[in-house]
Amino acid sequence: MAVKIVEAAFDPWQELPAYQQSVSTLAGKFGATSVFVGTLRDFNEGDEVNGMHLEHYPGMTEKQLEKIIASAQQQWRLLDALVVHRVGAILPNQPIVLVAVWASHRGDAFDASRFIMEALKFQAPFWKKEYLQTGGERWVLKNTDGYQL
Amino acid sequence: MTITVHYFASLKETLGRSDDQLSITDAITVRQVWQLANPELPLPPNLLAAVNMEYVELDHLVADDDKVAFFPPVTGG
Repeated sequence: MAVKIVEAAFDPWQELPAYQQSVSTLAGKFGATSVFVGTLRDFNEGDEVNGMHLEHYPGMTEKQLEKIIASAQQQWRLLDALVVHRVGAILPNQPIVLVAVWASHRGDAFDASRFIMEALKFQAPFWKKEYLQTGGERWVLKNTDGYQL
Repeated sequence: MTITVHYFASLKETLGRSDDQLSITDAITVRQVWQLANPELPLPPNLLAAVNMEYVELDHLVADDDKVAFFPPVTGG
């Protein structure tokens, strides 16, 4: 299990195999890997977005993400999980978050990755400030419930 | 006892500072920590609070050396 908060742009499609190969206990055991990648759009709430600043509470962020993964491990049979999240200045098309879950079977992998992502949205202390094409800036006020969209 | 208070995101901008140090003599709640640090300001709506990096309710009692944090709803992911 790993949680990484990164300031530099990251490529989830490099992080994923690198982590998988670093965990020797996974080899031969996983039949399902569920992956979610969240990426910055160039639009939000009807406005064009030039970029974003992501603030976080160092220490509490990692603590809450580890608790979320532990909760998922209690609810589903998981072999491993990885969460990578950007902070700092982010541009459209850049990945913001990677959630990956390894399990023997797809039901556990699918459900746990969804759970981790939705819990992250409401429990991990990150805050987004958007920079608009019009020159203005604004804090994102709240996240939406992914199950209600 | 001494309490450290941290503010984040829009709340930090509104207050114009990111931290406070409070010296108190009696046990007080997180709500009272806010009132002591910001006597002119009512509790913001949807305010979230943490003590030592765990979420708490506003009636949670703080202890010596606790790190209290106040922040708006989280918007990561």
